[in-house]
Amino acid sequence: MTVVLNQSFTGISIGAVLLLIALGLTLTFGQMGVINMAHGEFIMAGAYTTYVLQKSISSAGVSLLVALPVAFLVAGAMGVLLEWLLIRRLYTRPLDTLLVTWGVSLMLQQLARDIFGAPNVQTAAPNLLTENISVGGGITLANNRLFILGLALLCVLGLTVVLRLTPLGRRIRAVVQNRDLAEVSGISTGRVDRTTFFIGSGLAGVAGVALTLVGPIGPTMGTNYIVDAFLVVVVGGIGQLKGSVITAFVLGVLQSVLEYSTTVSVAKVVVLVAIVAFLQWRPQGLYTLRTRSLA
Amino acid sequence: MSGEGLTVRDLRVTFDGFKAVDGVDLDIRPGDLRFLIGPNGAGKTTLVDAVTGLVKATGSVRFGDEELLGRPVHRIARLGIGRTFQTATVFEELTVLQNLDIAAGAGRGPLTMLRRRKSVPEAVTKALETTGLTDLRDRPAGVLAHGQKQWLEIGMLLVQDVKLLLLDEPVAGMSHDEREATGALLQRVSEDHTVVVIEHDMDFMRSFARSVTVLHAGQVLSEGTVAEVQADAKVQEVYLGRASEPEPIAASLPVPEEA
Amino acid sequence: MTTTTTTPAPVSPPPVSRPARFKVPGAFLLGAVLLLGVAPLALSDFRLNLLAKYLCYAIVAVGVSLAWGRGGLLVLGQGVFFGLGGYAMAMHLKLADAAATGQTLPDFMQLYGTGDTLPWWWQPFANPLFALAMTVLLPMAVAALLGFLVFRRRVKGAYFAILSQALAAALSIWLVGQQATTGGTNGLTDIQGFFGYDLNDPVNQRMVYFVIAAVLLLLMAAARQLFVSRYGELLIAVRDSEERVRFLGYDPANVKLVAYVVAAGMAGLAGALFVPAVGIISPALIGIVPSIGFVIGAAVGGRASLVGAVLGAIAVAWAQSTLSDAFPAAWTYLQGLLFVLAVGFLPGGLASLGAVLRRRRPRNRTTATGETA
Repeated sequence: MTVVLNQSFTGISIGAVLLLIALGLTLTFGQMGVINMAHGEFIMAGAYTTYVLQKSISSAGVSLLVALPVAFLVAGAMGVLLEWLLIRRLYTRPLDTLLVTWGVSLMLQQLARDIFGAPNVQTAAPNLLTENISVGGGITLANNRLFILGLALLCVLGLTVVLRLTPLGRRIRAVVQNRDLAEVSGISTGRVDRTTFFIGSGLAGVAGVALTLVGPIGPTMGTNYIVDAFLVVVVGGIGQLKGSVITAFVLGVLQSVLEYSTTVSVAKVVVLVAIVAFLQWRPQGLYTLRTRSLA
Repeated sequence: MSGEGLTVRDLRVTFDGFKAVDGVDLDIRPGDLRFLIGPNGAGKTTLVDAVTGLVKATGSVRFGDEELLGRPVHRIARLGIGRTFQTATVFEELTVLQNLDIAAGAGRGPLTMLRRRKSVPEAVTKALETTGLTDLRDRPAGVLAHGQKQWLEIGMLLVQDVKLLLLDEPVAGMSHDEREATGALLQRVSEDHTVVVIEHDMDFMRSFARSVTVLHAGQVLSEGTVAEVQADAKVQEVYLGRASEPEPIAASLPVPEEA
Repeated sequence: MTTTTTTPAPVSPPPVSRPARFKVPGAFLLGAVLLLGVAPLALSDFRLNLLAKYLCYAIVAVGVSLAWGRGGLLVLGQGVFFGLGGYAMAMHLKLADAAATGQTLPDFMQLYGTGDTLPWWWQPFANPLFALAMTVLLPMAVAALLGFLVFRRRVKGAYFAILSQALAAALSIWLVGQQATTGGTNGLTDIQGFFGYDLNDPVNQRMVYFVIAAVLLLLMAAARQLFVSRYGELLIAVRDSEERVRFLGYDPANVKLVAYVVAAGMAGLAGALFVPAVGIISPALIGIVPSIGFVIGAAVGGRASLVGAVLGAIAVAWAQSTLSDAFPAAWTYLQGLLFVLAVGFLPGGLASLGAVLRRRRPRNRTTATGETA
């Protein structure tokens, strides 16, 4: 029983990482119908940002706290650049965007290899985060995973506040629901797109910072997560925060428990089968926007 | 003309609590040329969507003896019910001939499908003549003028061998000459088909309708001949907000695009 | 939609040249002469073997052109089918190699295996006919199952692309995890014989090349027939307006399923032929990255053009093996750039370059075709 609970906790923290990544994806996918394969490289950029900062700021704790906003800005800026250079030109061609951004992702990985070298690097975690908390009954919670969970929930909260309560959020939701109408109502959809891309990509950067606490930093670290994160978006329903939150945690726990009872590889296959089965029941994902549109 | 009529009983469609169609009864006899009119949001397109299986609905829609509700879209189409959309949707990269050939082909066996088209099916030739597109048959449909695309769509329904045509604003955006030509086409078609037209253009309706149903807020407001409907005080009120002479029922009130 | 402004009366639209029909028999013969006559004479054993490998990728591209170019199905998981075909073939060849030296187990199983008996699911692959059939039927069955479930529920576009990609990831991870029965990360390597022929003999390598070239030509002819058939026209119609096709009384799911399954069968066959030509099949050849690689060749050459897709696949494979060893970094940048430029700015691929340039020429009257990509 304790094993199951411990494993579930690990799963929840995996889910938290997936959630951080999927939040940005669901924003851009939902609003612009854009599949950004380079999203994984924004994670990588966030992780390397932490690495670089730790070299100049020796205190692991301070550098981690500084890295969060800086990684958000770095990854966000990369996202805006990508949107401005390529993605806005490919509007209405979502499948082509997928391939183009894959090309960008290849180049960014190589760039990372050229700058930081191909081997993985590590950052030191602050002491506080390397400890465990024992909550009794043989269950221990790793502080770094608790931190990630907290970070993910904070991001969800922040994003919800932005979307629900600010004028920017209203504009974003308007564009998601009806782009043409938003445009003729005087919303600069181009500017909203760019802002969304900034936030979404920035969240990937934050996810990258979180990942430095649980694993090494390498040029291909983003690709390991990107497909899973996309599956979260597909299952959760496009443009739906609620769906992404539930799906990320469910997939994380499912994956983690299956890994324990079988093997990593079997778990992957079972999760995929479960997703296809789920789509039989709800092909549009967990939550959908009901519209009268034909497609 | 004999054949199946369309019988709608207590049809209801709800979008997240909003009643788009709210208990509609409708009888369309075989051979009718029925116009469905009504203000924006009256539920005209949704009604057609429900009949053709595009949205879920409750109640009953019978075509002849067949209940349509609950069947998948392509099965309803195979029963002989065809429709067009507000935006002309033809296969732009294919030629006029290929468009019609595909429309004629549902139910072709695999062997026919895997072979190249050797001759033009008779139904396709006939439809080309009826719609006046014979000279354009090898053009890609994407280069056709707006009106021609609408005619091609109607032609596709003809070769599809439908018995009931549901046309969603077929003359929207057409020039005067195109409207007249379309009206004449509809009259020709209605000689051996049942036709239902959703329309905003009152002049067009007056010239060509055999019978009219007025929808308002998801319900049938009035039904009858053109003259009867025009004389109906309720209709005048809905359209103009006051009971008066119905003449200036403007044709092209802007309709929000359903994207 | 009533917002359209009134269009002019139906005068005949400006003349449009019909897309130039590719001269089939002539070009086909030319291709046959080049592949079966000129190449074997002009190339050394080593280079001919490399070409054989590229042609395997070209066979995958034929299927990609059908499913993606014509059907609009972005198949990002062709590596799965390539891999299933490749493993089915390699399993048989490993068993045959083992039998030739008097062993019951393939070499890697003796190293990592847990027992002395062959796993039950390996056993039927000792039969050459069964193994050959499986190289095509297994991929087609998997594609049929996934396609049926996915298309029936109208999961499409990006969703379908992501799912097919996830399938590639899952299969390669699964293979890596089964060290004892699939060779794990190494895959099935060091294959010596091909149905009794020694693959170390250059003459037999040439024979393998001829088999691959012939299969490619045959499949191109078959795909060509699909392209010009009524089915091919219907497939384009489904790609451009699935909903409209449904209202004509077809079930678009079936139309797409056929294209997807045929493309999977072709990828499976390509994988099976890859094994004797290269002597290995491994998870690294079928995961996410190589799966997208199968698409890039078709994108560069022209996804909707059969010949374009095939030539593109050969050219990209050639560039990869020429550049990736000498300048690995440069190759990665170039590969990324190819995706960006070819897909982003020349969606018709090189095959459309002529048409694009002609359209740019100012003298040309503008036609009314909207850019609907």
